Amino acid sequence: MEYFLQQLINGITLGSIYGLIAIGYTMVYGIIGMINFAHGDIFMVSSFIALIVITALGLTISTGLGLTILALILVLVTAMVIASVYGWTTERLAYRPLRGSFRLAPLITAIGISIVLQNYIQITQGARVKPLQPIIADGYTLMTRVDANGEFAVQISNMQILIIVVTIILMTIFSLIIAKTSLGRAQRACEQDRKMASLLGINVDRTISMTFVMGAALAAVAGLMFLLYYGVIDFFIGFVAGVKAFTAAVLGGIGSLPGAMLGGLVIGLIETLWSAYFSIEYKDVAAFSMLAIVLIFLPQGLLGKPEVEKV
Amino acid sequence: MADTESTPSRPARHLDFSKVVKDLIVTTLIATAVFGSTIAFRTVSAAGGLGLEVRYDIAFYVIAAVVIGRLLLWIFVWSKPPGTSAVEMPVSIKSGLAKVSAKVGKGFGPTMLLFALVFPFLPFTDRYLLDLSILILTYVMLGWGLNIVVGLAGLLDLGYVAFYAIGAYSYALLAQYFGFSFWMCLPLAGILAAFWGIILGFPVLRLRGDYLAIVTLAFGEIIRIVLLNWYQFTGGPDGLSGIPRPSFFGLPFNRSEGGFADFFGLDYSSIHRIMFLYFLILALALLTNFVTNRLRRLPIGRAWEALREDEIACRSLGLNTTSVKLTAFAIGAMFAGFAGSFFATRQGFISPESFTFIESALILAIVVLGGMGSQTGVVIASIAMIGGFEIFREAEQFRMLIFGLAMVIIMIWRPRGLISTRIPSIFLKEKKKVSADMVAQGEGH
Repeated sequence: MEYFLQQLINGITLGSIYGLIAIGYTMVYGIIGMINFAHGDIFMVSSFIALIVITALGLTISTGLGLTILALILVLVTAMVIASVYGWTTERLAYRPLRGSFRLAPLITAIGISIVLQNYIQITQGARVKPLQPIIADGYTLMTRVDANGEFAVQISNMQILIIVVTIILMTIFSLIIAKTSLGRAQRACEQDRKMASLLGINVDRTISMTFVMGAALAAVAGLMFLLYYGVIDFFIGFVAGVKAFTAAVLGGIGSLPGAMLGGLVIGLIETLWSAYFSIEYKDVAAFSMLAIVLIFLPQGLLGKPEVEKV
Repeated sequence: MADTESTPSRPARHLDFSKVVKDLIVTTLIATAVFGSTIAFRTVSAAGGLGLEVRYDIAFYVIAAVVIGRLLLWIFVWSKPPGTSAVEMPVSIKSGLAKVSAKVGKGFGPTMLLFALVFPFLPFTDRYLLDLSILILTYVMLGWGLNIVVGLAGLLDLGYVAFYAIGAYSYALLAQYFGFSFWMCLPLAGILAAFWGIILGFPVLRLRGDYLAIVTLAFGEIIRIVLLNWYQFTGGPDGLSGIPRPSFFGLPFNRSEGGFADFFGLDYSSIHRIMFLYFLILALALLTNFVTNRLRRLPIGRAWEALREDEIACRSLGLNTTSVKLTAFAIGAMFAGFAGSFFATRQGFISPESFTFIESALILAIVVLGGMGSQTGVVIASIAMIGGFEIFREAEQFRMLIFGLAMVIIMIWRPRGLISTRIPSIFLKEKKKVSADMVAQGEGH
C-alpha cells in the first residue's frame, strides 16, 4: 500500500509533465488537424534554454529560498517567451505555406523541423548529456511503515509539489483563456469551422499562430519541470517525450484540453506503475499498448466527442 | 530562417520603406531570440557543475545573415510589381517542366532500368559507388513497398521500419538457430513480416488516418524496445553478428575451391560479392515494382485506390474495407520483410540501432517527396535524399541538419511531391494524366 502510494505520487508528477506537453498537441490538432511532430523538440529546446538561464544566473541549491523562487520565475518566463518564438517561427515557416495543401505535406515538414531542431541543438549545445545539480531539495514524509524488511517511507519532494502545483495553476489559467477570452473564443470557433470563422471576421492565421505560441509556452513549462525533476537532459529527450505526450493526447481524446491532462496522468501512471511492479525496460511498451487497446475499444479517446461521419 | 513567407502583392513598384524597416526589426528580434539564446550561450561541464561558454560572435554572424537574407528577399523578390511577381514565376516554370517531364517521362523508366543493369560494369564504378547504389536501391525498394500502403491505399504508416526490422531479425535468427540459408529465409522473412502486418493491422485498421499513424508509430517503437531488451534472444543492444552472407546458388563468395570465382574460372575479387548484392537488391526492387503495378490493375489494387479516394463510397459499394486495408498493409509489410533480410545479409550485423523512427520518417519522406503513388517519384526521391545525404558526408555534423532543412524546403516548394501527376490504372479509350489538383492523396480516411 505504501509502495503503491509512493508510485502514485511519482506517476502523477510524471503525468503532469506529459499532460503539459500533450496540451500543445491537442490544441494544434484540434484547430488544423495536424500532428505537430516538432512539438516534442520545442519542449527539448526550451529545457536547454532553461538550463542556460539557470547556469547564467548561477542558481544552486545553496541559494536562499526567496531568491530561488524569484530566479525560477525568471527562468520560466524566459523559457516560455523563447519557446513561444520558436513555436511561432516554425508555424510561420514550415506549416503556414502548406495550409490548404494535402494532409501529409505539413506532417513531413514537421518531421523535417523536428530533425532540424534536434541537430541544431546537438551542434550548438553538444551531444553529451547535460547534468544539472539539484536546486530544490527536501520534501515531506507522508507516512512510514516499519516491518521485517526495514523501513519504508512515503515521501513527496518539494520538487514534486512544485510540479503538481504549477501544473494545476497553468491548467486553470489556460482553461480560463480558452473559455473566457476572445482569443479562446476565436480558437474554439476555428476548431469547429475554420471557413465560417473567417467569414465572421476572425483572423484565422493569427489564431493558429497563437495556438502554436500557447502550446510552445506550455511545453516550455514542461521543459523546465523536466530539467529540474530529472536533472539530466540531452538533445534527444524531445522525441520520446513527444511521442508519449501525443499518445496522452490521443488517449484523452484529441482536441480536448482536460482530456490531454487526463491522458497525461494515465500515461504517467501506467509508466510508473509498470516500472514499479513489472519491468522498467518495458514501460514504454505498456504505455503504447494501452494506447492501442483504448483506441480499439474507444476510438474517440477517453473524453473526446464521437466523430460523426458525413457524406 | 524567415525566408519563405509570401507577402501580398503591393501596388507600387518601389519598396515601402517603413514597412521593410519594421519587418527587418521584427526579423532581428526573432532571430535574436531563436539564435541568440542557443548559439551565443553553450553550457559546458566545468569544475563543480556547469559553466557557460559565451560565443556572441557566431550568434551575431548568424543573426546578421538572417537579417541580410531577409533584406535581399525584400529587394529582389518581393519588390517586383504584381504580374511579374515571384508568385507567378514558378507557375510558368512548372508548366514548362510538366511538358518536358511528360516527354522525358516515357523514356525515363526504361533508361533508368538499362542504366541500373549496366551500372556495375561501367569503368568509373568503384566499390564506394556500388555500395552507395545498393543503399539507394534498398530505399527504393522500401519506398515502393510503403507506396502500396501510403500511396495506393492511403493509410498513413509511421512504423514501417518495424517490418523491415522483423525481416532482418527473422533472417538473422533463423540462420543462427536453424542454419537456414538466405534463399530459404527470404520468403520466410517476407511471410513473417506480412503476418505481423496482419496481426497489427487487424485491430487497428478500423481507426481513422491519424490514429492509425500514431498506433503504427507506437508499434514501431514497441518492436524496437523488445529487440533492445530481449537480450537472450536478440542480443539486445549488441545486436546479432556473423549473419551468413548470401551464396550464388550455393556457391559462396570466397577464395576457397568451389567458390564463385573458382567455379567460373575468375580471379577472386571481393567486388564479386558486392556486385551480386547489387543485382540481388535490384531484382528484389524490380519485383516489388512489378507486383505493385500488376496489383494495381487487379480488383484489389483498384479497391486500394478507391479506398484512398473515398472510404464511405467504397463501403456503400459493398467493399470490405478492413480486408482491403489489411491486404495493403500485409503486402507492404512483406516487401519490407524482404528488404530487411537483404539488409541483414548485406551488413552481416544488425542491431536495433538500425531500426529507429528516423528510418520510418526517411522512407515516408521518400514516398511523399516523390509524389505519392508514383513509382518513378520514389526512385528520384531516393536518389536525391540518399545521394544528397552522401554528398554532405564531409560535413558530418551538419549533415542531418541540412537533411531536415531539405525536407522542409522541398515540401514547401512542391507540396504534392516531385511527380504529382498520376496515370490512372484503368481508363476508357485513352490514358490521360490526372493533374495534381485532381488527385486526392493519402487523406488516410
